[in-house]
Amino acid sequence: MSFTLVLTIVLILSLVGYWLGKGRAAFVAGRDKEQRLHSRPAYYGLLTALWCGIPALLLLIAWGLGEPLVIENLVVAELPAEMRALPENRVELLVNEIRNMVDSNMVAGDRDEALSRAADRYRQLRTTSGRLGAGLVLLLANFSIFMVWRRIRPAMKARNHVERIVKAGLIVCASFAVFITLGIVLSVLFESIRFFKIVPIHEFLFGLKWSPQMSIRADQVGSSGAFGAIPVFAGTLMISLIAMLVAVPLGLMSAIYLSEYANRKFRAVAKPLLEILAGIPTVVYGFFAALTVAPFLRESISGFGFDVSSESALAAGLVMGIMIIPFVSSLSDDVINAVPQAMRDGAYALGATRSETIKQVVIPAALPGIVGGILLAVSRAIGETMIVVMAAGLAANLTANPFQAVTTVTVQIVTLLVGDQEFDSPKTLAAFALGLVLFVVTLILNIVALFVVRKYREQYE
Amino acid sequence: MNNGSEKTIDIVKKGLGRRYRVEKRFRLYGVLAITISLLFLALLFASIIARGHSAFRQTFVKLSVELAEAEFDLNDLGRADYQGLIKKTLREEFPQVKSRSDKKDLYSLVSSGAAFRLHNLVTDNPSLIGETVEIWVPADDDVDMYYKGYISREVPEEDRRLKDNQLAWLDRWQAEGKIVKRFNTIFFTGGDSREPELAGILSAFTGSMLTLVITLALSFPIGVAAAVYLEEFAPRNRWIDTVEVNINNLAAVPSIIFGLLGLAVFINFFGVPRSSPLVGGLVLTLMTLPIIIIASRASLQSVPPSIREAALGIGASRMQTVSHHVLPLALPGMLTGTIIGMGRALGETAPLLMIGMVAFIVDIPQGFTDPATALPVQIYLWADSPERAFVEKTSAAILVLLAFLIVMNLLAVILRNRFERRW
Repeated sequence: MSFTLVLTIVLILSLVGYWLGKGRAAFVAGRDKEQRLHSRPAYYGLLTALWCGIPALLLLIAWGLGEPLVIENLVVAELPAEMRALPENRVELLVNEIRNMVDSNMVAGDRDEALSRAADRYRQLRTTSGRLGAGLVLLLANFSIFMVWRRIRPAMKARNHVERIVKAGLIVCASFAVFITLGIVLSVLFESIRFFKIVPIHEFLFGLKWSPQMSIRADQVGSSGAFGAIPVFAGTLMISLIAMLVAVPLGLMSAIYLSEYANRKFRAVAKPLLEILAGIPTVVYGFFAALTVAPFLRESISGFGFDVSSESALAAGLVMGIMIIPFVSSLSDDVINAVPQAMRDGAYALGATRSETIKQVVIPAALPGIVGGILLAVSRAIGETMIVVMAAGLAANLTANPFQAVTTVTVQIVTLLVGDQEFDSPKTLAAFALGLVLFVVTLILNIVALFVVRKYREQYE
Repeated sequence: MNNGSEKTIDIVKKGLGRRYRVEKRFRLYGVLAITISLLFLALLFASIIARGHSAFRQTFVKLSVELAEAEFDLNDLGRADYQGLIKKTLREEFPQVKSRSDKKDLYSLVSSGAAFRLHNLVTDNPSLIGETVEIWVPADDDVDMYYKGYISREVPEEDRRLKDNQLAWLDRWQAEGKIVKRFNTIFFTGGDSREPELAGILSAFTGSMLTLVITLALSFPIGVAAAVYLEEFAPRNRWIDTVEVNINNLAAVPSIIFGLLGLAVFINFFGVPRSSPLVGGLVLTLMTLPIIIIASRASLQSVPPSIREAALGIGASRMQTVSHHVLPLALPGMLTGTIIGMGRALGETAPLLMIGMVAFIVDIPQGFTDPATALPVQIYLWADSPERAFVEKTSAAILVLLAFLIVMNLLAVILRNRFERRW
């Protein structure tokens, strides 16, 4: 039976359980009138439904996740001895092939006899397991309905019970964020450790040459590839720097004008318009950078005698800067507005002009918050992917010339992982090492920024 | 004393002109910053609309195809040589074309999709066999580009995608009224294709929608539940602090990292099918979850404590207070946050590249485990294609994507204005 079908049946059973529980509660209450129900009848129904649905669903999910593993082990165990004796990764390949044969429902004509037999066995086991799993799940659901139904008494604290279950569910949902972070750290860390076993960590962090495309297999001699990530980091830094050079002055000045000078009407129009910039998908910016900005820059700057490559750091950085403008401006806007009016009034009373007040009182007072906002924007720029993938290029040049093509961490991750991949080669593992660096750097930036912003906000509240 | 104060005033007055000039300049910088930013916005939209608007129309050619009975096997209409029929029709239109290379030039004027159109026409009404039918078929992308003004006659022949003889044939067709530009339905009903004139966004769009369904189904309940717990029930302790710091951090983690997680955990560990809307939806759920949690918490915070106190006062339990009173009042704000999160998910590309949703998808995905791609990824793929006609398609796909985002955001704004209560 298919997963969705079993799921639907479990849900229907829960609904049935709800009515059964509710009816039972009304029945036991009606039988001896002197005893009043502890909770409203609906709670008895809910309790039955929850007890029916939750264990059954958990079992269903566990079955679905565990089934392939068990079946694979069984199938591998039945393979001919000489196949099982192969090294582990070759066995994995065989398993993959079997799985492909199963999924595509191919008639295994000229395939290996043993493999096609294994595929048939796999299919057969899967059918059996599917039936067995569905049967067990439905049995469990019915059994739990019966157990709860039997125990319903007027004195049963159904509401408290239901609320405990719901609260436990809420706690699990709230803890998801931690699991996600944990998942990120573990997945990236494990693959990175595997990578650092092949390429020493100092070579990765401080090497000057990056050419991962050379190494197709780890055991190839002479083309082991070079995994020195300095050019990649340098490219990331340069593009982020260009982006910040665009975004910080424009964003900050926009925020200052909007919060200090603009009248209400202008603000009501200009602010949402600026925010639109933040809502445009990055792939659109990438297209804009590659097709409009880059050719324009090449033509206009070549006129001055500079040689601009078609995928220059400048185009990517410039467009990324535009994308970040609203980020800087709305964060700065918040902190500037949080500066108490009394401080401005004090400066005006001393005879300062508006700009002097802003420059000498408001900005210094808001500086920690602005710096925090800029740090968040930097972390955004470092982690931005699509603009640089489409406009910045792949060549890992170690250069300070913004008219040349450079590459970034995110571009490398994408190019290393998109397309067919062998999961054990240092080439793909390098992507996870880069991901680890990216995650750690952005994490530090975020934590520092959030800390600074929060601390600052408390100052004037 | 008198002397002294006069001096101060003099100093102030002397500096005043300069200070006012600085003031004016500073103000100008502010206006300039906003103007430049908005100029970029305008430029972005203008360039994309200018490139993309023509993709909504497509050049069609009218052919009169003779469906001779001898060509068809009535039991198996799919076997007939439709491509051959189209070619024969073209040869009959221009009998003077003899040489092999000229014939090739002639055949390349209509799209390879013409044969499919003919095939569909015949299989839908087999009664047409034996007659001569007039059928509008899509022109080749180069012809389309020529009629949209992207290929100029001024360019020397060797640099031009259309040869002189091809232009002459086209001119004759045009004079006979056999060339028409119409609304491009293929773009909205087709899947991806190597031929720009046959490429459409429906497969990518369906992929996006399937992905969003998964994302919404997972992230909305989990996000709301998490927000309710953190806002209404959570004790102040270290674990809750960790959770909160985590949520704020996750909101700022680069999206590509979520792609790495999806690849390592969902695909390689749990064996979720690669390239499927299922795994895409799971990854986007992780990404939108923090957005929804943060928005939902803000919405819960805006419900005044008096509501809770009143409910508790008449004997409701805390769970009843939340589910009967607080949650319904906070729901519009939560929905607004969710729509904004969904908009973010709809526009997201980078993590989907990691989990293999960069596939060449011709067929419309039918379920959550079929290989699929998403609209922004389709844009990325088309942007990489060298054909001139794909630039137009890319821009048009961007316009469709932006239209959806605008609609979603408008919906969020309307929802907020309509249902949000000021206490």
